[in-house]
Amino acid sequence: MAAPTNSIMSFTGVHKSFGGLKVIDEVTFDVVRGSRTALIGPNGAGKTTIFNLISGIYDIDIGKITLDGTDITHTPIQGRIGHGISRSFQNIRLMPHLSTIENVMLGQHTRARGTVDLFKPLGWGPGRRWAEMAEDALKRFGLETYPGQVVGNLPYGIRKRIEVVRAMMADPKILLLDEPAAGLNNQETTELQNLLRQVSDQGVTLLVVEHDMHFVRSLCEQVVVLNFGRKIFEGTPEQVHKDPGVLEAYLGTGNAA
Amino acid sequence: MSGYWGGILGILCINIIFAYSIFLPAASGQLNLGGAGFMALGAYSAAYLNTALELPMWITIPGAAIFTAAISFVIAFPILRTRGVYMVLATFAFAEVVAGVIINMEAVGGASGYEVPSFADLDVLAILAIATIGFVFYLLATRFGLSMRAVHDDENVAALFGVNVRMTQVMTFTIGGALAGIAGALYAHQYNYIEIQYFNIMISIFVLLYVLIGGTQTAYGPLFGAILFTFLPEFLRLPEMAGVANGAVLAEWRFVIFGAFLVAVMVFRPEGLITRAMVDRLRHGRAPEDITGEAS
Repeated sequence: MAAPTNSIMSFTGVHKSFGGLKVIDEVTFDVVRGSRTALIGPNGAGKTTIFNLISGIYDIDIGKITLDGTDITHTPIQGRIGHGISRSFQNIRLMPHLSTIENVMLGQHTRARGTVDLFKPLGWGPGRRWAEMAEDALKRFGLETYPGQVVGNLPYGIRKRIEVVRAMMADPKILLLDEPAAGLNNQETTELQNLLRQVSDQGVTLLVVEHDMHFVRSLCEQVVVLNFGRKIFEGTPEQVHKDPGVLEAYLGTGNAA
Repeated sequence: MSGYWGGILGILCINIIFAYSIFLPAASGQLNLGGAGFMALGAYSAAYLNTALELPMWITIPGAAIFTAAISFVIAFPILRTRGVYMVLATFAFAEVVAGVIINMEAVGGASGYEVPSFADLDVLAILAIATIGFVFYLLATRFGLSMRAVHDDENVAALFGVNVRMTQVMTFTIGGALAGIAGALYAHQYNYIEIQYFNIMISIFVLLYVLIGGTQTAYGPLFGAILFTFLPEFLRLPEMAGVANGAVLAEWRFVIFGAFLVAVMVFRPEGLITRAMVDRLRHGRAPEDITGEAS
């Protein structure tokens, strides 16, 4: 395991409650720079909540998140992407009325600077470079067939991949992927894995919430396990299968009726 | 061109600008049922500048746009705190407040109306309508236009990608206000007489219908909606005007036909007559579904 000094993101002593329900309880972990880390756990363990805390959809009650040494605990939602956090969603959240290339160009938003860039047309003139950049990205990830299509009409697997490309356009340091393989068939899963390896090879750190352990084993080198909002394990995918605490969380103690 | 058709085209130009004033906020997810109030602000500010200060039209029209935009900007903050049906009610209430204030302002004629000396002919109206169409198409082609449509689809995700959601909404509301101001100013200069009773809830409902029935997904929608809604009632009157037998019956029933048409559109084309998919199909000559292989 790499030294903590090599961590890109630290999640320190984080608590989150909704009403009286404690959903994240004193969770601390580090994500190693350039790693592919999985966040796993049974349903309701708090995985997506952690993603929502990192991306700023929820505020943290107690604790601290740092990214690359910068404290982003109280950075507002639209400021987090500027620090290098980008994400995809468990239920695809592409803009349904926008085309593929427009969705991908939305990913570049934070790289456009100032009012002048905001009011340049994207299809021609100097603003055309944004469209070209998006077209290149689609080509790189094998999605060049779809630039003008309204995404609401595209197949599920394609939309999952477009979400990853959109997230990549922000030039993130860390990419959060919430159940990227859910609902995909074998071929689509393989295509997605190839895409994520490509992303990882570019030096982007991946933090992945995933139920499919086969997917986790073949993609990730580090695993953090949550149960009932607490961290119960941190280690490699090989170790996770042997950990009694993890087995108990997933399979029960064996003493139950 | 006859005076009748010239008059209709003048109304069309004003309706197009007015429709775009409601379309811009709608395209970023805000329904404005106070169109008449914003238009009244434009009409009365242009009329005041023209009558009381004796300023020419090239000042009164931009002046009306700036004044209405400034008011829109200020009220955008409280109004944009509301959502959905509450926003519709808040904008409606704003228009009622505007009407209430103007009817009590003797400086602009109060309830008895206000005369406007300078006349804007069809050329002025047409130039401004064409400029507005060009402006809206341009705006939608920019990154700001992309942000608007992203905010419309999913505010949270737009914010996650760095879009300043609040700024985008306030800007579209303000630019919409400016366009309503221009529409109002042109109305004042076209008819040379305004009264606040004209700027009533029916005007706000009609302009919202131009946009919703035309379609909010592309800038073609409100243009088509404004053209359709301006001409359709007139076409239904044509047989009567031409002396065709039973033509009067059609004219009498035109509002019923019109209402039935609206219901039909809402049932069969809930996203409006002109949708994004339709424009893409016309532009590329094939449906997006054909390319994905998902078409039946």
